[in-house]
Amino acid sequence: MDPTLVGQGLLSGFLFGGVYSLMAVGLTLIFGVMRVVNFAHGDMMVWGMYLAWLLSVRAGIDPYVGFVGCAAVLFMLGLVIQRGLVERIVDAPHEMQILLMLGVALVLENAALVAFGPDPARVRSPLSQGTVWIGPLFVDVARLLTFGLAMILTAALWLFLARTDLGRSMRAAADNPYGARVIGTDVRRVYAAAFGVGAACVGAAGALVSPILPFQPASGLGLSVTSFNIVIIGGMGSLPGAFAGGILVSVAESMGAVFLSPSMKELVSFGLLIAILLFRPAGLFGRTAA
Amino acid sequence: MSLLEVSGLRKHFGGLLAVNGLDLAMAEGEMLGLIGPNGAGKTTVFNLLSGFLVPDDGDIRFAGRRLAGLKPHEICRLGLARTFQIVRPFPQLSVLDNVKIATLARHPAMPAALEAARAVVERVGLGPRARDLAGGLTLADRKRLELARALGTEPSLLLLDEVMAGLNATEIDAMVRLVGAINAGGVSVLLIEHNMRAVMSLSHRIVVLSFGEKIASGTPREVAADRRVIEAYLGEEYVHPAQA
Amino acid sequence: MKLFLLLAVAALAVLPWIVGSYLVTVMIFIFFYAYLGQAWNIVGGYAGQLSAGHAAFVGIGGYASALLSMRLGVSPWIGMWIGGVLAAALGAVIGYLGFRFGLRGFYFVLLTVAFAEICRVIALNVDAVGGALGLYITFTGNPRQFQFQDNRAYYYVALVLMLAATALVRALEQRRFGAYLTAIRQDESACEALGVDTLRVKMLAMVLSSFLTGVGGTFYAFYLFSLQPNAVFGIPLSVEIVIRPIVGGAGTVMGPILGSFILSPLAEISRTYFAQGGWTGAHLIVYGLLLIAVVLFLPQGAYPALRRLARRGA
Repeated sequence: MDPTLVGQGLLSGFLFGGVYSLMAVGLTLIFGVMRVVNFAHGDMMVWGMYLAWLLSVRAGIDPYVGFVGCAAVLFMLGLVIQRGLVERIVDAPHEMQILLMLGVALVLENAALVAFGPDPARVRSPLSQGTVWIGPLFVDVARLLTFGLAMILTAALWLFLARTDLGRSMRAAADNPYGARVIGTDVRRVYAAAFGVGAACVGAAGALVSPILPFQPASGLGLSVTSFNIVIIGGMGSLPGAFAGGILVSVAESMGAVFLSPSMKELVSFGLLIAILLFRPAGLFGRTAA
Repeated sequence: MSLLEVSGLRKHFGGLLAVNGLDLAMAEGEMLGLIGPNGAGKTTVFNLLSGFLVPDDGDIRFAGRRLAGLKPHEICRLGLARTFQIVRPFPQLSVLDNVKIATLARHPAMPAALEAARAVVERVGLGPRARDLAGGLTLADRKRLELARALGTEPSLLLLDEVMAGLNATEIDAMVRLVGAINAGGVSVLLIEHNMRAVMSLSHRIVVLSFGEKIASGTPREVAADRRVIEAYLGEEYVHPAQA
Repeated sequence: MKLFLLLAVAALAVLPWIVGSYLVTVMIFIFFYAYLGQAWNIVGGYAGQLSAGHAAFVGIGGYASALLSMRLGVSPWIGMWIGGVLAAALGAVIGYLGFRFGLRGFYFVLLTVAFAEICRVIALNVDAVGGALGLYITFTGNPRQFQFQDNRAYYYVALVLMLAATALVRALEQRRFGAYLTAIRQDESACEALGVDTLRVKMLAMVLSSFLTGVGGTFYAFYLFSLQPNAVFGIPLSVEIVIRPIVGGAGTVMGPILGSFILSPLAEISRTYFAQGGWTGAHLIVYGLLLIAVVLFLPQGAYPALRRLARRGA
């Protein structure tokens, strides 16, 4: 096995992991704060991608700038979904939550289908043309930029949660929902914000990925499943877990593509998922108590 | 022959030693009260006996069989049934159907199970409520239902976990009569209870637990007079009726 | 009620001779998805273990009998049982891993999805079972090979499947197994304390459900004459399977049937509507909206709601 190939795979997997991390961080935030599993996560990401495409094609805005707009729109969408739908079933049995979000996923996915058609789309960015050489390995400028921006966003989220009142309220609600209510936290507001921020993360992730990979409405469910994989492997509700999990899964898939075959790379992440589910369901960083 | 023999039972959770070397024995037909302050480890003992928790150490023998490693449903089949401190009725099933789940353990055929269930429901006094959904019952009736379900498995030993908690004086009297009747009918009972009147009047013997250790055991009168028990739990005001 | 059912079955039996071929085809899909939904109902409805990967069993059953027929000349009438057993084996593995390791709710859902996706990826990549192109079955119209010239023959096969599965579920509901399932769904620990071997009961439900679904895979293969990995192992098929019992009433005997009678025509109508606009597959929007509506307003499904209405009217 050519070491350069392996090295290339590692590097590209690592870089792509930035997006996976951002995607997963959004999902784990929603779960951590609200205990709701967002089955529509991947489809929200697809909308982030298409919004970036729209901005690029209609307004000439480069996705590396436009991702802010995508995040903002998805934030709004998240708020609407949370206030209108999720809020009503926060106390319902898990199965009902799953089905509701699955319904939302179906609506989002097929609305995209109606709006944009089934064919794969791609966003052109002048930056996606360049390559940079690091020793014997090469890297697309686009991937570097995507990675860098994803890291910055993740860091910003981290700061938000650690330093702002709203962020701290979210962490409190995630730690102890009842206690948070007792000390007077406006739980509804916190929940709505958490869902919005989670959606914004995945919307930004979608925008950042749009110049790298082709996408279509049908990609949604697959991205959701990948997000769940990462979040479970990293530990549901754990932000460091989502972050580390994203990089880990991306590298693992990359290695799977190198050693098995590109279309089999999912087997690696599913294998990892099953192993974690069986032997350490709390995930790598999760707490073992529920 | 002893019905239940517990020796050296030990269980810890992380740094907390919940049960520390407990020895306990019950004879057939006996009603044993298990009392002690909150957090003494009483419900943990129940969980260990019924198979919901695995002991770290110690031996449990029931009707001559070792219970180590058995699953809760296996222990129930052997004749050891328990109720839960916070009752767990099947909310969407009727009272009768709730008990039916229990009687199906001994009567796999539905008609026989239903008939046995009806008998148990009558016996605990829930006859008029047989068709009502469990989710809509009062607390007192739910406690009866919990008891009825455990009875439905036709146990030889019944573990009752705070079956009087939350009941008013009339309801407690009724429950005391019921538990007494069940014991008189041949079912041994191990009773966790905070209501001293009930425990002292019902039990043949009492075991007192504090911080996971047995600090006293004996007849109700002996235990009520025991200095250590008074300090740990009962307080100076409690006077056993026989001493008054 | 019994008389009504008898009349309904009689009407269905006579239907193919009255209506045109298009409607017969629609009915076939109603029956078939009702059958798959009823099979799912055992573990997903009664036992309350939500599986979103049941397409895996359809795929395994279909691939098994198709390959046995194409490569070894084994009649699908035999192959369907083998397919069912293989599907049940996978079901046992998933069930054991899930139940023994205490995976509930979302974690169990994801486990089932993971296995379905693994099957899909394997089927896509292993050329020996057709690879990305899938399997194509040559049409011979020979009943011994589970193929019929007349659409109406398929109609009756599908009808029998649906009725048989429904009768089975009804029988189970009346017996100890059914009572245990319903109780487990509400409180597993309480069941354990009452002598119910919950692991064994759930495993039985899973194995039975996956077996029946696997048998259905044969019908799928020999009615559609092609097996595409993405179609037969994919999440969209799992959604089709799950949505009918959910909408109709999970954990009830009539739920999957009612759900299928509601959903299939709805799907047909919206499919035609969206196809006119050039958007194929967008009829799933209707599925999504329906799911949302059901969860918010009719969480137990249409059948229990209808029953309550009927009782109030009576």
